[in-house]
Amino acid sequence: MDTQNYDIAIIGGGVVGTAIARELSKYSINTVLLEMESDVGQGASNSNSGVVHAGFTAPVGSLKADVCMYGNSHFEELCADLDVPYKKVGKLVVAVDKKQVAELYNLQYIGSKNGAELNIVGEDFIKKMEANIDGKAAMYSPNSAITSPYELTIALAENAFQNGVEIKLNTKVLGINKINGKFLIKTNQKNIRADYVINSAGLYSDDIASFSGEDRYKIYPCRGEYYVLDKNSSSLLSHLVYPVPPENAGGYGIHLTPTVDGNILIGPSNEYIDCVDNKATTKDVMEQLIKEARDFLPKISQDMVIRSYSGIRSKIVPPEIGGFTDFVIEKSPRYDNFINLIGIESPGLTSAPGIAKYVVEMIDKMENLKNKEIFNKKRTGITKFSELPLAEQKILAEENAGYRELVCRCENITRQEIIDALHNPLGVTTLKGVKYRARATMGRCQGGYCMARIVKIMQEEFNMDLEQIQLTGNSSNLFAGQAKGWEK
Amino acid sequence: MMKRELVIIGAGPAGLAAALAAYDNGIRDILIIEREKRAGGILNQCIHDGFGLHKFKEILTGPEYAYRYLKKVQERKIEIMTSTIVTELRAEKYLKVINEEIGILEFKADAVVLAMGSRERTAGGISLPGERMAGVYTAGLTQNLMNLQNIKVGNNIVILGSGDIGLIMARRLTLEGANVKAVLEIMPYSNGLNRNINQCLIDFNIPLKLSHTVIDVKGKDRLESIIVTEVDENLRAIPGSEYEIECDTLILSVGLIPENELSKQADVQIDDITGGALVKDNLETNVPGIFACGNVLHIHDLVDYVSDEAENAGQAAAKYIKSGHKWRKNNIFVEAGDGINYVIPQLITLGKDLEFSMRVKKPASDKTIKILNNNELIAKNTFKKVNPSEMIKINLAKEKLLSLKTASIKVVVE
Ligand SMILES: Cc1cc2nc3c(=O)[nH]c(=O)nc-3n(C[C@H](O)[C@H](O)[C@H](O)COP(=O)(O)OP(=O)(O)OC[C@H]3O[C@@H](n4cnc5c(N)ncnc54)[C@H](O)[C@@H]3O)c2cc1C
Repeated sequence: MDTQNYDIAIIGGGVVGTAIARELSKYSINTVLLEMESDVGQGASNSNSGVVHAGFTAPVGSLKADVCMYGNSHFEELCADLDVPYKKVGKLVVAVDKKQVAELYNLQYIGSKNGAELNIVGEDFIKKMEANIDGKAAMYSPNSAITSPYELTIALAENAFQNGVEIKLNTKVLGINKINGKFLIKTNQKNIRADYVINSAGLYSDDIASFSGEDRYKIYPCRGEYYVLDKNSSSLLSHLVYPVPPENAGGYGIHLTPTVDGNILIGPSNEYIDCVDNKATTKDVMEQLIKEARDFLPKISQDMVIRSYSGIRSKIVPPEIGGFTDFVIEKSPRYDNFINLIGIESPGLTSAPGIAKYVVEMIDKMENLKNKEIFNKKRTGITKFSELPLAEQKILAEENAGYRELVCRCENITRQEIIDALHNPLGVTTLKGVKYRARATMGRCQGGYCMARIVKIMQEEFNMDLEQIQLTGNSSNLFAGQAKGWEK
Repeated sequence: MMKRELVIIGAGPAGLAAALAAYDNGIRDILIIEREKRAGGILNQCIHDGFGLHKFKEILTGPEYAYRYLKKVQERKIEIMTSTIVTELRAEKYLKVINEEIGILEFKADAVVLAMGSRERTAGGISLPGERMAGVYTAGLTQNLMNLQNIKVGNNIVILGSGDIGLIMARRLTLEGANVKAVLEIMPYSNGLNRNINQCLIDFNIPLKLSHTVIDVKGKDRLESIIVTEVDENLRAIPGSEYEIECDTLILSVGLIPENELSKQADVQIDDITGGALVKDNLETNVPGIFACGNVLHIHDLVDYVSDEAENAGQAAAKYIKSGHKWRKNNIFVEAGDGINYVIPQLITLGKDLEFSMRVKKPASDKTIKILNNNELIAKNTFKKVNPSEMIKINLAKEKLLSLKTASIKVVVE
């Protein structure tokens, strides 16, 4: 099989890998990104809380604190450049008893040292900000924000692609050898040869690291299950609302998160699991989620739930040890030009821009990177018809028939948006690809209405056969075929 | 902005019957708005028979039943705007719509009839555990794909929930060569009509497993199997009763939800139990001039009843348009008492004969449904069998209402 040559190969198209790809696309260097799934962002990066953290939990001087603070202060600009939703909603960490109030001051102490703006506020302030939440006191973080994690990952990949990075989907790395001074990366597609390897494979980063002879790392997958509430309930909550974290937890408990689209998330749970890709949700945990959410916000009810999902954290210590661990970003001891990123758990989304900068600086020290003459930092997403003012909607609808047909009635998505989503630069044609780009099937009917219509568009406009129509690629065929006795 | 006397949202059986009744009661300026290319609503995908027994004393298919009404609507030259979706409704009866040819249009109506039907409860809605691979569908979507687009969703199928659409699809998919392995129902009784259990399951040897549910779905890309458990009377899984069924498709037939997103935009008050509007006996909501009928008001099991109800709504809307709004005082509150899940209407006025629609909470034999006022019996009806899946109708003559002692009546099962 023939081999393709690159300067740098990034393994893993999560938010971290794509952020690194975009950062590298500023320089005259030949980069490829290898992702085993049919789209970018199918790992932790599409199944988290979407919170842009303000950086107040990690100990001062840790890498986590640094890259998180960098991310927090650059996120708004990044999202504006990439046409990705971002809302600075602010966060309340709510204490319900005296002991927790004391803990708030500890949190504020650590956070302020990191440079985060944090205020302790009283009962009245909480009530004014969140009428439905009770608490004795809270720590208020005005710089905590929310984004759309999957739109961001897609946007980073698209922008990197526009600027010359090659993105290879459905490409799984199976092994790496160093031959004649270069890495030979064996994949399920063509093999790749590269001078540098960047391992940002998330849950699988320990496996990839072992290809460089580095067996020190082990990922302990820790699942977080979520509930998604109907947009109808969006008025119940306007800020991020968190409980005071239990001691030595290394993270927060179940919290309430408004999303940029107007849903509310309940979660995530905290369950160490055996299998890295077991994204199941379970009955017991879902019951727990509702219970804990109602302790906070009694107006929440089961019938507001439209979906559940789970995301998996890459922990690097087992539960018995727990506590804080820092991000590991280091050269493999055997090869300088093999960089491992291990344990990029929360706040990995927030930190992605900072991590990307950090990694590129590591490479720059070895390679002396040269700026490209032209780097286009802007990327435009799909026009979201329902978010436009009426006058603009009228003009668009007059000009283009695609805006006159609503395909998804829950999220008010037009035929044109579905077509735009299917025409994406990365060439993703799965139903989930449409979902993460245009929001279709994400509403309260979960595709009950629009799925049949999207399938029709795939068949009519893209000449796809029924057998080609898949949920996520691989063998995720949606249909068994045409009904019997039916001929084309 | 265009002014219309009556705008009806939805050209399903409810919308069509409401339009006819409004027309026959003197209204000429009627606009029916329909998002599909054809009128008929959900009936267009219901190609099985069993419709029209009450209304026409005939057994019709869904499209045939719809066509009977559509023809009458066309004869009267009532305007139906198809391929048009209402995206906004306000209490002042302002509507914003998108039409596939013209684009965005705005209307102001004197009266509005809500006839938008329902949507299906989803995997998310029932918190189905497990992963999210291909192969899990709702029954109505399966029916749409099968009957309108000739697409078969799978080969080895299990159906969760014994709602009528699920039962119908069990038969339909079997006829298409699929292997329907079982229908699972968490309750100790079926939620479908007896007729459908006989004709769709028993006739095709498809087992109906009562008190069974799914606790896990397995497979990475496409569904490979499900884990099933038996449940006790509190619907809790019975440990040790789990087993696995291999299948590539799980179809959910776990209920319908009235589609009231537009109604909520217009400040229409929604009943927690029915999921539809709170209505008076003329099917008017709390917003003057906005009426509701059909599955958007409460889920019906027979389309014939939808037509009846919609005729009342159409007639009431016509009256409202002609005589303006008279705020009727002295509403009587109707309470769903012991054993009754809900009663429609929730508010009544004196002075006319009434018909109540209701559902019981659980199946039982030899029961009497009583209407009480101040604990005194004012009407009753006895049934050999009552079933949550079958809507019960009880009439109350206006004379009975003359001597009420308090402003509320209560319906109970005894
Ligand atoms: C429940 C939960 C909640 C979170 N909430 C937040 C939050 O609110 N805010 C925040 O800042 N962070 C949050 N995080 C953290 C954040 O989601 C992650 O840190 C971040 O998404 C990690 O990105 P990644 O690119 O490292 O990993 P991933 O997104 O998992 O990407 C790794 C990629 O590598 C690919 N891959 C793996 N092996 C191979 C191979 N052999 N060949 C090719 N490709 C391969 C995978 O398919 C995957 O796409 C949360 C995480 C979880 C799990």
